Amino acid sequence: MFRTLRRLRERGVIGLNGRNLDYISRYNARQLYPLVDDKYLTKQLALRAGVAVPELYAMVEIQRQALDIPRLTEGKRGFAVKPSMGSGGEGVIIITGPAKDGFRRSNGEIISREDLNYHISRILAGVYSLGGQPDKALVEYRVDPSPVLADVSYLGVPDIRIIVFLGVPVMSMARLPTRSSQGRANLHQGAIGVGIDIATGATLSGVWRNEIIFEHPDMGCPIVGINIPDWDQLLLLASRCFDLTGLGYQGVDIVLDKQKGPLLLELNARPGLAIQIANNYGLLPRLKMVECEATALKTAEERVDFAKQKFGVPIPAVPGTAIVN
Amino acid sequence: MKRFHLVLLTLVLFAAGLGLFAYKVYWLHFPTRPDQQEGRWVVEAHLAFSAKNQPVKAVLRIPSGNENFLLTDENFISRGFGLTTKIEDGNREAVWTKRSAVGPQGLYYRAVVRKGGVEEWGGKSEKPKTEEELAGVRREALTSLVTEARQRSADTETFVAAVIDLLTTRAPSSNIRLLLGRNPDALKKAQVAAQTLVEAGYKARVVHGVYLTNPGRNVPWVHRLQVLENNVWTTYDIKNGSRVSGDDFLPWWHGDAPMAEIKGGNRMRATVSVDHYQEEAMGGASEYAMRVAPGLVEFSLFSLPVETQRVYRIILLVPLGAFIVVLLRNCIGVTTFGTFMPVLVALAFRETELLWGLVFFTLLISLGLLARFYLENLKLLLVPRLSSVLTIVVLLMAVMSVMAHKLDMERGMSLALFPLVIMTMTIEHMSLVWDERGAFEALKQGAGTLMAAALVYSVIRQPLLQHLAFVFPELLLVVLALTILLGRYRGYRLLELRRFRALIKDKP
Repeated sequence: MFRTLRRLRERGVIGLNGRNLDYISRYNARQLYPLVDDKYLTKQLALRAGVAVPELYAMVEIQRQALDIPRLTEGKRGFAVKPSMGSGGEGVIIITGPAKDGFRRSNGEIISREDLNYHISRILAGVYSLGGQPDKALVEYRVDPSPVLADVSYLGVPDIRIIVFLGVPVMSMARLPTRSSQGRANLHQGAIGVGIDIATGATLSGVWRNEIIFEHPDMGCPIVGINIPDWDQLLLLASRCFDLTGLGYQGVDIVLDKQKGPLLLELNARPGLAIQIANNYGLLPRLKMVECEATALKTAEERVDFAKQKFGVPIPAVPGTAIVN
Repeated sequence: MKRFHLVLLTLVLFAAGLGLFAYKVYWLHFPTRPDQQEGRWVVEAHLAFSAKNQPVKAVLRIPSGNENFLLTDENFISRGFGLTTKIEDGNREAVWTKRSAVGPQGLYYRAVVRKGGVEEWGGKSEKPKTEEELAGVRREALTSLVTEARQRSADTETFVAAVIDLLTTRAPSSNIRLLLGRNPDALKKAQVAAQTLVEAGYKARVVHGVYLTNPGRNVPWVHRLQVLENNVWTTYDIKNGSRVSGDDFLPWWHGDAPMAEIKGGNRMRATVSVDHYQEEAMGGASEYAMRVAPGLVEFSLFSLPVETQRVYRIILLVPLGAFIVVLLRNCIGVTTFGTFMPVLVALAFRETELLWGLVFFTLLISLGLLARFYLENLKLLLVPRLSSVLTIVVLLMAVMSVMAHKLDMERGMSLALFPLVIMTMTIEHMSLVWDERGAFEALKQGAGTLMAAALVYSVIRQPLLQHLAFVFPELLLVVLALTILLGRYRGYRLLELRRFRALIKDKP
């Protein structure tokens, strides 16, 4: 046990206590939390700053407004219903299009209008919000995921999580839905996290249920060495989110849309730590490096350059295979 | 700076908590163990006499306590007599008076005596009474006794020893025979010894008391010689002239006066009985503290009504439970429903005891969950659904109580003390986790909650901890200091070592 402790410390792995004390409570001012806890506010901020987000079709604040959803989403290629203050992907329903007496969900089921209304009423009552406070439901553009990651995902929408510390992207991973995550991209629900090299945007090894993996558990396709398109643009988008909210330590969730490119999905003031396993690398050395240098880095471009210079890692060798160049 | 501040704060808390604790333990003798017992004695003086149908005045000398003994709960029992107490010649006296009385009368004085007294009530400042002038040969005899004892001694102690030795020797000289008279008893010897010492310029007196070591009815009086040395009365045994400690000797009165005097009555009989019993140490300690540091007792939890005290016996353990939750969550990494839910469940376990508590909790939550899943189908709004679950939980509890009663399980009755609303919220929370993260996660958190509750319960039911928390609430400052220190713990949680174990393998 003490050996484990020592190894983890050597590798600069940060635990929940350390993250909460040294980063979240120190760099994330509490009054800024609503900006990220409420996705509607985040969206407004992003739009003002020119950061691309999924288009909002409707915001339901009182139950009656739910009746307008069919009219507002007519002609769109489906939509997503989300609690504005939800966390961990809970309470999100993806609709791919209308069906007889209702809508078709992304998992193929039909949901009746009545059931969708009930779901929205649950959202409004605060079932999915932090602390159970009354919430709003967002009806927005259904992302059409870019095939780069969608090809290695089992249904659902894969996204990219970038940890941004004082505006510098320090670590990143792609989150791929699996059969067991039921199309959701959250690690604790069973999705895979695949580390991404900050310097190049190429995927590294992955983590699934706290184990390091190299292939998708459902599909068997390799997950190492996939190049994320528009990587620099993604890093810049993530870096700008610091200016957007002022939160020093945040997780930026970005989705790659086939047509619209990278879209900011949501921000997280308490991003998880599994990203360290996905990258097979501890966060602490990078965070400390940024802590020393951050004041010298003024613009998002400078910060991205700094990250690309410092945080590059070689693509890991997959056990049992030879790397074909 | 912040670090310094924190260290300083915790040090202050530690020092305050432990300092007050040490003060109460070492100076005020507060018991540190709940079952600590303490010896107590009840001394009772009974004054019986026959009244002669005329004004009656009875004087009974009563003890005042000294540095070894504390008198508590003094009672004076008499029928129809007026009572005053006063201090006369350094003795406490109870004076009973009545305009007229006929026939046998009984007057009682009763007191509880415990070890660890304070200064004598009227003792030290009092000057020993000078003996009445002695005349003629008696005086000559006394002077020669003093001279002889002086020759055989070097200091006060040996002088006293020499006097007593001369007085108690088998073949006393004619001088001494003159002083003691025929067949002298211990009292006479003590009185003559005191006279001799006064003649020699010392302050001396005879003290009369009882041994507490042999309880019984009508215990014999023991007479001892006391000499003032360096403003402290030192006691000498009249039999062998040695100094004695006053550990088990309760002085009753001193001087030549008898224990009781009566006017307007005859056939007087005064007896003393001693009874011994054990009492909870806490009672005595607080009585003592009342004398030494009245403010401390006045503003302690003991000043509260007993009902409130009972509540605080429980409440004061809550911080300890919370501290355990902190350990479990931040150092081990156990996930529970709600932050302090385990503490509340543990408090409920107090009424049902652990095994039944676990059974009832599990049953209630499982049945509640079933109801909750059924309600899910009805698609209710949040608050009505919560209220429905609450109603169902109440009904389930009632049914379980009745069933337990019919099956002669006493424990079922106390089920009613389970925190209702907490149960309802747990059911709701658990069903949400069940929906969102799957049955495994929900059961894991449920098990974590139960485990934490069981642990908290087994800690807070320790009688020692209950006692310590109630008698020494300042120890909670130490718990607070530890909690604050843990609040700055940035190391790994135990379960994180498992979570991150994939990272300890060397890089490929």
